Amino acid sequence: MHIVVCLKQVIDPEITPRYFKIDADTNRPETSDTDLVLDSFAENALELAIQIRDKIPGATVTALCLGDEESEDVLRRALAFTANAAVRVWDSEWENLDGQAVGHILAQSIKTLGGAQLVLTGYQASDIEEGLVGPVMAEELGIPCLTLVSDLEVEEDNVKATIEVEGGYAVVSVPSPSIFTIISSETNVPRLPKVKDVRLARSKQITLLESEELNLDSERCQPGVKLERAYVVNREVACEVLPGNDGGDFAGELAERLLALKIL
Amino acid sequence: MSRILVFTNQQEEGLSTGAKEALAFGSRLASSTGGEVRSVSLGPLAADGAKESISLGASIAYTISNPLLAEYDVELYVNCIETVFQQSGADILILSFDRIGKDLVGRLATRIGASAITEVVDYNADSEKLTWIRPIYGDKAFGEYTTTRSLVVVGIRKKSQNVDMPDETRIGEIIEVNYSPTEDMIVTKLVVKIQAALSDIRLEDARIVISGGRGVGGPEGFNELHVLAYLLGGTVGASRAACDAGWVPSNLQVGQTGAIVAPDLYIAVGISGASQHLAGISNAKTVVAINTDPEAPIFKRANIGVVADYKTVIQSLTEKLKKVLV
Repeated sequence: MHIVVCLKQVIDPEITPRYFKIDADTNRPETSDTDLVLDSFAENALELAIQIRDKIPGATVTALCLGDEESEDVLRRALAFTANAAVRVWDSEWENLDGQAVGHILAQSIKTLGGAQLVLTGYQASDIEEGLVGPVMAEELGIPCLTLVSDLEVEEDNVKATIEVEGGYAVVSVPSPSIFTIISSETNVPRLPKVKDVRLARSKQITLLESEELNLDSERCQPGVKLERAYVVNREVACEVLPGNDGGDFAGELAERLLALKIL
Repeated sequence: MSRILVFTNQQEEGLSTGAKEALAFGSRLASSTGGEVRSVSLGPLAADGAKESISLGASIAYTISNPLLAEYDVELYVNCIETVFQQSGADILILSFDRIGKDLVGRLATRIGASAITEVVDYNADSEKLTWIRPIYGDKAFGEYTTTRSLVVVGIRKKSQNVDMPDETRIGEIIEVNYSPTEDMIVTKLVVKIQAALSDIRLEDARIVISGGRGVGGPEGFNELHVLAYLLGGTVGASRAACDAGWVPSNLQVGQTGAIVAPDLYIAVGISGASQHLAGISNAKTVVAINTDPEAPIFKRANIGVVADYKTVIQSLTEKLKKVLV
């Protein structure tokens, strides 16, 4: 069984809002190398992919990332998680792709890699939060996609997925191959890679796929949306810190403030 | 001028909140661009959905009332909505970017060769080209987007629109579309459904939400929050950290992944205020933070702050409020 997990490198979502700035020329955040991390839902997807592989004899995990050389950091991380292979796809003309274009390119990359029985992605990356890549790949590859998946159980020809639905959860079964976009849950908390694996990951090979190898449709590589303007919003508010010496004082002050809101 | 088609998903009690938001957005957009709103409802109760859609601004309401559509299946719904879209001649397709919309927007846009724009909260029709406005970078910024294709599929961010009051006197036409989905299109098979709602109040609709985070320290601490929430007629939420730790079910999660809430009062207990959590409460009116760490980012978003261990505060607060309210 071949499992492909699609990874995205993003600006650290926990950067202090005060330090978050957007470059007016590029409409992108001003970043330094240290601000870039593996998207957290993608990391949940990676963890789940590794867990599934470890239960199925002969299964392999390929970590796939569309990005420039800097994004090899997230592939190194995947290798430290013990992914079997790491593949980066890139073309210098791909600076302003949207989720639809990325979905097309990743789908073509998966075909070039010989296909996969399971394709996992994070459900919505924390930077632009388009939430499009999984469903777009489903159309491109002609296979099902389930979104908001917290857990997977692989059977012979089917996969049972735990998905979030209105007011609870459902377990649904889909045939493989299928695509799943992963959310965090108590079962896919990312591991702390072993020191040995981190060291091994440094010397492992990262395969570079270039656009000529992917049989791309040039029209589909064009983004469907264009960011014309971006501006930072300051949501900081003045916080009234309540006075007091102990819990009783605080509770009294707080009760007064809450009652004054006239909504209780 | 634009022709707008809105997908109006239904729940037991009628149109979903997301569907009403999508209709409100569509109606507003139509009045700005001189366009017209049509709707599409699916399933055996589609006629009811169509009537409600007309009362909320649709001039033509398409239905496919095939019984196969009673239960949501992504492939079935994509096929049906695509068919109606083609028949309607619309150039803008609007869906709520809710649980179902997240399945559908990317699929439909790719299928019909449209641009896709998600998490939209507003638009600007003043300039030459229509621009779509949406938060980016976890609500730290806004982006204004134009589209490069003639058709566009739009996903509306949950809880971002004011829902219109229905006007039962509005007149519209209901058209049953001649399309028969077949059983072999269905790819998902429901194995089991688990209702995990702990309280009767839906987190997303609650006027008062009391959320606990890592600082609550374990599942037991949430009991106190439930007691207070019950007293105030509110409900309990949680941060991602508390859900991932398994202290409370994931469906209580407030934030970018979980519920986006817009209550009148939000009390964050032992929550540091990670960016992804704050993205879920940007429309909360009054935010109270209780945290031992005065440097926690939550205090930057809170109107009222208490720097203390919640254990010393919540019980006493519950008692004091009980005296006044009960």
